[in-house]
Amino acid sequence: MNPRILPYVLILPVTLFLCLFFLYPFVLVSKQAFSTGAGFTLENFQDVTSHWKFPISFKNTLLLAAAVVPVQLALALLMATMVNGMGRGRDLVLYVWTIPLGISDLAAGIIWLAIFEQSGFLNSMLSGLGVIDKPVSFLSYQHPGVVFLAIALAEIWRATAIMLVILVAGIGLIPKEYYEAAEVFGASPWKRFWRITLPLLRPSLQTALVLRVILAFEIFAVVAALGGTLFPVLMGETYAYQFELLNGGAAAAIALIILAISIGFTLLILRILRVPKGASI
Amino acid sequence: MSEATVDAGPDDPRKAGKFVYIAAVVLLCAWVLVPLYFLLINTLSSPEAVNAFPKRFVPEFDLGSLTFFAGFEGMLVALKNSILVAAITMVMSITIGAPAGYALSRFDFKGKGLFRLLILLTRAFPLPLLALPLAVMFIRTGLDDTVFGLALVHTTLAIPFAVLITFSLFSGIPIELEEAAWTLGCTRLTAFTKVVFPLILPGITASAIFAFVISWNEVFAAAVLTIENRTLTAFLLQNLDTSPLHLKFAGGFILVVPALIFIFAVRKYLFAMWGIANR
Repeated sequence: MNPRILPYVLILPVTLFLCLFFLYPFVLVSKQAFSTGAGFTLENFQDVTSHWKFPISFKNTLLLAAAVVPVQLALALLMATMVNGMGRGRDLVLYVWTIPLGISDLAAGIIWLAIFEQSGFLNSMLSGLGVIDKPVSFLSYQHPGVVFLAIALAEIWRATAIMLVILVAGIGLIPKEYYEAAEVFGASPWKRFWRITLPLLRPSLQTALVLRVILAFEIFAVVAALGGTLFPVLMGETYAYQFELLNGGAAAAIALIILAISIGFTLLILRILRVPKGASI
Repeated sequence: MSEATVDAGPDDPRKAGKFVYIAAVVLLCAWVLVPLYFLLINTLSSPEAVNAFPKRFVPEFDLGSLTFFAGFEGMLVALKNSILVAAITMVMSITIGAPAGYALSRFDFKGKGLFRLLILLTRAFPLPLLALPLAVMFIRTGLDDTVFGLALVHTTLAIPFAVLITFSLFSGIPIELEEAAWTLGCTRLTAFTKVVFPLILPGITASAIFAFVISWNEVFAAAVLTIENRTLTAFLLQNLDTSPLHLKFAGGFILVVPALIFIFAVRKYLFAMWGIANR
């Protein structure tokens, strides 16, 4: 086939597919959000934002992301640097650390439920140590702090792996010569990390953070499994509007709000971690 | 870090550093494995033991919970639906995505930048949200509440990964190999099937498995788009409030098992897949 047409033939299926199942529904969801039957209106947004649950779920979603993502970043960086110099056992350790990558948010929520529920392992441990006499119902409205902690821990447990994989791949691309040179000049491991690894890792950090932050705003099943209605989040509200209240317009409006936050943060991360022109490895 | 690779000498700080390092590695492994072990205990205990207090820290190897899970109304159908959706997603995302990955790695063409932008945009987008308008669209076309309809949405989720991963894999195979095949009388097509394809096959399998896991784990779109034909995740989510603990844990366990196997199967490719793809 003509090599000038061939690439277009090859990308045609993906382009068509994404137009039909990505761009088109995107237009539909925007239309649905901005109309209540006739003409352009902001009514759906007013409805949604004036509901008493909106400020709470908005705050919860942002707080959770703010608590979870920095910990994940630090943990993933630590794990990636630890694995980098490892000789024997590297493959095994990496396998163990990446296991959560394949585990769904729902399963992660259920796993941490086994620990935090009333007859769960945390209570069993505490009573075994004699700290408590009877099991505490941790995941209830009396302990909002513990509910938050359980959700945050489940998220950190589950989703650090994706950042780890991206960062390990990124560190692998940094030429060893830089480290050798730094060692010759007597730079400490700590200094090598700050002066070489971190700056050269910027593209991977970008990818990892963008991906994680977007997914953090979409948090849904972990919360459903652990907090239920105790801890409302935006995605859960979308689900409730669609199914319990059968209000598609409102669901679409929240969807667009989530999208707007995601885009805002994506741009912010790209701006903060931008790679100077011409400065690539 | 490098101090750990150096053999611990007689000097004490080095030795202490190495000890801290190994302790940290073990601790982080335990952080991943211990919660999984707890789930395993609950799954392999009788329903009574799961609801009892205090818990034992060793499984009693009773299949009561799993039998209850298998006998629960609609559960096996949901499991079958999950497998079907994931399998269709796997096939579709690779057959549609891989050619584009090849095009990106081998050709410079007008609009390449725009195309990559479209792919990246898809990845940086809360995709499950698109399930909302698609629900309406599917009702009109009769795709609502079908395995195939859900697979289409999951394919949208998996395609950006399929394109970027295959792009990275194809880029890892030198074009010189193909050019050599052309000079030896192969056409573009036969050079691909005889030279590139065998080399790329393991990597393609890995990214297919990745697509399978994406679909297998997806909760939101599955819950929105299916009513009668629920997948396992949607079924568990829908029954979270009402189902007994042992059902939840057994369900969670069934969700986790394929993930363990799949991550093990693709572990060699995990990092190569992300290497080039994330630029």
